[in-house]
Amino acid sequence: MAANGTDHAEYKSYLEEDGGRKGIFRWILSTDHKRIALLYLYSMMAWFIIGVTLGVLMKLELIAPGKTLIGPQAYNATFTVHGVIMIFLIVIPGLPAVFGNFMLPIQIGAKDVAFPRLNLFSWYIYVIGSILVIMSLFGNGAPDTGWTFYAPYSFKTGTNMLPAALGAFVLGFSSILTGLNFLVTIHRMRAPGMTWMKMPLFPWTIYGTAWIQLLATPIVGITLLMVAGERILGIGFFDPAKGGDPLLYQHLFWIYSHPAVYIMILPAMGAISEIIPTFTRKTIFGYRAIVLSTLAIAFVGYFVWGHHMFTAGMSGTALFTFSILTFLVAIPSAIKVFNWIATMHQGSISTEVPFLWAASFIFVFLIGGLTGLVLGALATNVHVHDTAFVVGHFHFIVFGGTGFAFFGALHYWFPKIYGRMYDKGWARTGWMIFFIGFIALYGPMFYLGITGMPRRYFDYLEEYHGPNIISSLGALVMVTGFVIILINLVRSAREGEKAPMNPWGGTNLEWQIPSPPPLENFEEIPVIEKATYKFD
Amino acid sequence: MSSTTANHAVHRDDTASKLGMWLFIFTELLLFGGLFIVYSVYRYLNSTAFHLAAHELDVTIGTINTAILLISSATIAMSTTAIQKKDKRLTLILIGVTILLALGFLVNKYFEWSVKIGHGIFPGSPMLEELSRGDILFFGLYYFMTGLHALHIIVGMVLLTVIFFRVKNDKITFDNFQLLENGGLYWHLVDVIWIFLFPLFYLIT
Repeated sequence: MAANGTDHAEYKSYLEEDGGRKGIFRWILSTDHKRIALLYLYSMMAWFIIGVTLGVLMKLELIAPGKTLIGPQAYNATFTVHGVIMIFLIVIPGLPAVFGNFMLPIQIGAKDVAFPRLNLFSWYIYVIGSILVIMSLFGNGAPDTGWTFYAPYSFKTGTNMLPAALGAFVLGFSSILTGLNFLVTIHRMRAPGMTWMKMPLFPWTIYGTAWIQLLATPIVGITLLMVAGERILGIGFFDPAKGGDPLLYQHLFWIYSHPAVYIMILPAMGAISEIIPTFTRKTIFGYRAIVLSTLAIAFVGYFVWGHHMFTAGMSGTALFTFSILTFLVAIPSAIKVFNWIATMHQGSISTEVPFLWAASFIFVFLIGGLTGLVLGALATNVHVHDTAFVVGHFHFIVFGGTGFAFFGALHYWFPKIYGRMYDKGWARTGWMIFFIGFIALYGPMFYLGITGMPRRYFDYLEEYHGPNIISSLGALVMVTGFVIILINLVRSAREGEKAPMNPWGGTNLEWQIPSPPPLENFEEIPVIEKATYKFD
Repeated sequence: MSSTTANHAVHRDDTASKLGMWLFIFTELLLFGGLFIVYSVYRYLNSTAFHLAAHELDVTIGTINTAILLISSATIAMSTTAIQKKDKRLTLILIGVTILLALGFLVNKYFEWSVKIGHGIFPGSPMLEELSRGDILFFGLYYFMTGLHALHIIVGMVLLTVIFFRVKNDKITFDNFQLLENGGLYWHLVDVIWIFLFPLFYLIT
C-alpha cells in the first residue's frame, strides 16, 4: 500500500458503486453502512437547520423584555419543538448513527455491520419518527409541553402533542435497533487479532452507548405509550383525578432520559479520543482507564435520574442517594479529561481544524461538567432549579460536548468519507466564529440563572436585559459560523481537492484503506497485531 | 442475512442472528418492565381496591389461555427439533398448530374483553369513572397490559406465518433454521410475559 499516496490500484469507491440502481434509489435502497451513514447525516442536517431556526427565534424574542417577536403560546411551542427536534432527532442518534455507522465497521476491520438490511430499516423508522415530530408543528397548534412531556399537562393540553410523543416513541425503536446492530457487530465481526483491548476507543464508546440504547430506551417507549393511552383512551395512569401519580411519570421519563444524556456524550468522547492522539502524534494516555471509565459512565448513568427531580418531592434518603451518585458519575468523566490532557503533554501538537474542535470540546465540556456539579448538589440545585442556569449547563454539555465533537469528527473524517479535502482556512474561520458565538450565547445564561431568571418564559424583568442582549447577539454570531462551516463542507464535498489515503497520519484501520473507501472496505480482512494508537 | 447490494459478500452468521434476537428479547422485557413497575407502585398504593377488582376477572378463561400458550410454546419448540430431524411435514404441522393455538388465545381474549365492555367496564367509561381510583387504575392497567400483550401475540402470529411459508418453500431447512429458532424464541417471550401477567391480574386476590 502506498503510504500517504493518492494513487491506488484501480478501484471503485462506495460513492461510485451504485448497485445497478438509478438516482435516489442508489441511496434509499442501499444497505451499505457508509451510504446509510450519509443518509442519516443529510436527514439530520435538514432537521438541524429547522431546530436552529427555532432556537434563533427564541433568542430574538428574548433580545428585549416584553413581546418582541412571538407571544407566550408561540414561545412555549418553539422551545418544545426545538427541544424535541434537537434531542430526539439529532443528538441522540447523532454520532452513533452517522459516524458509528460509517466508521465502526471499518475501525474493527469488518465489511459491514452484522445486519445491513436492519440497518437500512432503522433509517426508515428514523425518517417516519422525524416526520411525525415535524408534523406536530402544523395542525391545531404546536405542542407546548416542553420536550419532557410532563404529566398531567401533556394529556390536558389542547395542542398537538400526540404526534410529537409518538414520534419520539418511533425514534426510540430506531435507536434500539441501531444499538442492537452495533452490539452484535462488535461481538461477532472484529477482525482476527483485534482483541477487546486492541479495539480503538471510538468503537468502545459506541459499544457502551449501544448498551444504553438497548436497555434504557424501552422504558421511555412504554412511558410515552402510556401517555398516548391516557390521551386517546382516557386511562388514568398519571392523572391524579383517576388515582394516577404524575411524579411516577417523571421517574419513568428520567430513567430513560438521563442515560440518554450518556448516549449523547459517550460517542462524542470516543471521537475526541480518536482526534487527540492523531494530532499530538502520541499514543493515547491510559487506554485502559478510558475504556473502563466508558463502561463506568454507562453503568452509573442508570442510577442518577433522580437529580432531575430534586424539587419535585422525594424522601430525604432518595435525594441524598441521587446526589451522591451524581457526583460519582463525574469521576469517570474527569478521568477522561485528564487522559486527553496527559496525551497532549509533550506531544507534537498540530493545530489542524479537527484538533481545534477537540480542544474547544474539552474547554466547554469542562465548564458544562463543573456547572453540572452545582446542579448535582442538593442545596445549590434548589436555588438554580428551573432557571436559565440549567439551560446554560445543558447546552454546554450537549451542544458544546456532543455538538463540538460532532463537528470535530466531521472535519476529521471528512477526507475519508468524501475523498476530498475541505478548505482549511474557511474551516478554521468558521470554527473561530462558532466558538466565540457559542460562549457569548450560553455563557450569560449562568449569570442570568444565578441571579434568578427562570427558564421557559418569553418575557423577563428589565434587570436581566444586558446579558440577554449578549446572548441573543451570540446566537447570531454562532449561526454565522455554522453557515460558513456548512457552505465550506458542502462545497468541498463536490469540488475540494482530492484527499490522500491518510491526510492526518492516523494509526487506525480507516486510514489504511483508500479515500473514499471501496464498497467492501477491505479487499482482505486485515489481521491485527499491534495495539491501537501506536505511532512509529 | 444476505445483503441486497450487488457484489456484497453473502454473509451468514447464525450466532449473530441468535445474539441479536436475545438482545431484542431483552428490550421487550424492559418494555413490559416499565409496566410492571407502574403496576407494583399502584398495587402498593391501592392494595384493597386491586384485591377486590381482581375478583371481577374470569379465572377460568385466564387459566385456559395460560394452558393454550404453554402448549403452543411446546409445539414451536418441537418444530425446531423436527426441522433438524429433516421432517418438513411435521415441522409445518407443528408451526400450524402453534398459529392456531395463538388464534384460540385471541378468540378467548375477545370474549373476555367483550363481556367486560358489555358490563360497562372500559377505560374512560362512565361506569368505571364512578368506581374507586384503585379500580380505575386496575382496569386501566389490565386493558393496557393485556392489550399490549395481545399485540405481541398478533406480531408473533405474523412472524410464524412468514416462517411457515419459508419452511414450505425450503428457504428454512435442517441446516439453515435460525429464523425458525428466532421465531420460537420470540414466541417463548410472549409466553413468559403472559406467565407474569396471569398471576398479577387473575390470581393475586
